[in-house]
Amino acid sequence: MSRVQSALALSLLALIVLTGWLPHAGPAFALLFPDRDRLIYRQDDFADLILAHLAIVGASSLLAALLGSGVALAATRRWGLAFRPLLETLLAVSQALPPVAVLAVATPLIGFGPLPALIALFLYGLLPIAQGMLAGLDSVPEGAREVARGLGMTPAQTLWQVELPLAAPVVLAGLRTSVTINIGTAALASTVGVKTLGLPIIIGLSGFNTPYVLQGAVLVGLLALTVDLAFAALSEPLGRWRAPQPSPGEPTLAGAD
Amino acid sequence: MIEMTQVSKTFGGARPAVDDLSLSIAAGEFVVLIGSSGSGKSTLLRMINRLVEPDRGEILVNGVDIRRQRPEDLRRRMGYAIQSIGLFPHWTVAQNIGTVPRLLKWTKARIDARVDELLALLHLDPAEFRHRYPHQLSGGQQQRVGVARALAADPDVLLMDEPFGALDPVTRGALQEELLRIHALSGKTVVLVTHDIDEALQLGSHIVLMNQGRIVQQGRPLDLLRRPANAFVHDFVGRTEIGLRLLALDRVAGRLRPNEAAVGEPISADLSLREALSTFVARRVDRLPVVDDQGRPAGALFFSDLLERQL
Ligand SMILES: Nc1ncnc2c1ncn2[C@@H]1O[C@H](COP(=O)(O)OP(=O)(O)O)[C@@H](O)[C@H]1O
Ligand SMILES: [Mg+2]
Repeated sequence: MSRVQSALALSLLALIVLTGWLPHAGPAFALLFPDRDRLIYRQDDFADLILAHLAIVGASSLLAALLGSGVALAATRRWGLAFRPLLETLLAVSQALPPVAVLAVATPLIGFGPLPALIALFLYGLLPIAQGMLAGLDSVPEGAREVARGLGMTPAQTLWQVELPLAAPVVLAGLRTSVTINIGTAALASTVGVKTLGLPIIIGLSGFNTPYVLQGAVLVGLLALTVDLAFAALSEPLGRWRAPQPSPGEPTLAGAD
Repeated sequence: MIEMTQVSKTFGGARPAVDDLSLSIAAGEFVVLIGSSGSGKSTLLRMINRLVEPDRGEILVNGVDIRRQRPEDLRRRMGYAIQSIGLFPHWTVAQNIGTVPRLLKWTKARIDARVDELLALLHLDPAEFRHRYPHQLSGGQQQRVGVARALAADPDVLLMDEPFGALDPVTRGALQEELLRIHALSGKTVVLVTHDIDEALQLGSHIVLMNQGRIVQQGRPLDLLRRPANAFVHDFVGRTEIGLRLLALDRVAGRLRPNEAAVGEPISADLSLREALSTFVARRVDRLPVVDDQGRPAGALFFSDLLERQL
């Protein structure tokens, strides 16, 4: 097991243990906050909150990944090069909007519930994904494209067999940033009544209940860490073909003729 | 084999990259396109496999207009190799060499056998190199794999754009020898682009000298050296080095006196006369002992015989 894989296992274990233990953690919290009576958030099951949180992040990230990588791909094709500047401007603007503002604008228009939250998270997740796709495709050596064409690959074969595999490490890095950020941002969705790990935090903040805030925040953090490590583990084998970064004392394989 | 008639291509700029050019390439020929940078060599080469579409003119391969064929099918029937990073970095040596056979849907067993055959042909041990990634190869080994990949589906035509441009002189020399051997063995038609006159003279059976998108002179290496058509050609083949380049065209084997002997370290009959001249001067002698490729005495080379030329 690689270091990344062991870190992932550890982080996942911590998340599961904590989720199971929190409902029984009253005595422990009583030590930290002696003059309080409601110490543990019990309106929802923590496991349910985690699943709901993952569901809204998953749905918004999936949509962002499809649209974000789709438009980035289009903007790097010969026929789509013309709207690449426009795409980059739009992405920059979407990133400049704070998610809270998107929620504040969308809620009166669409109403409370998961839809405005989904839209905000989707918009927020687009930029890193599209940027990752653009940067990944830009990193494909021109010689590789030229030879793929020259050897008789169709444009689709060139894309699937050469361009995307070579771009994959950078594309996955963009997806990883997008999803990790959205896990944090999704907590805000609870301000418009969506069930996420943000609920204990929001309720805790409005009721001056620090233990609730602590419980929600620790779970969000641990969830983000676990998902981030999962992406790290996923991207490990992708760079196998790359030249290892030369480290002192390690001979390179390339020999003279 | 390849007939180009009055082809022209203009990119954005005012001056055409290839200007009303006609060229006929016979089957089995080793054609070298040479000229200074920007003279249109690559553009001309890339027209043959439709990587560049001419604005005007017609190109026939085996008598068939290439516009009547799907570009992908045309390209799969022609080998293509370019300088430096032409290998796919995410594929092993075997996967790289197998590119075109896979596109042609050969069976896995047939591809594997072909890969091993080509690695052996280019003096790379299959067991050692099959599973390596390009970054685990030296520049010369990468270029060998590039050549093997171009040969993989046994194409009739091999198109090469400065394939040895990035290599050191020793490695380049070895690969040039290799390519000549493969050409002699297979009888394929080769079209190779270079800007190095010595490479052109060594490799080409037919040399096409280009300038500003047009052909200035074409012919055998000897023709260009003996009868340069104008001052441009004369300059290009190197006014003061023409004699040396003429010597480079011939080998010791063609001039040696079989029944003579000489003293000293013997030279190989495979050496070019240019290298032999250098040896005469360095050793300050006027005759050199010669051995054949098995190391057996083959005779002697006389300094004065360097001047004799049958024309
Ligand atoms: N894809 C292209 N787009 C625009 N100009 C090009 C392109 N390819 C070649 N050219 C131009 O055409 C001319 C000939 O180029 P090229 O055939 O590559 O020359 P060479 O291979 O002899 O150096 C040059 O002026 C070059 O700038
Ligand atoms: Mg060129």
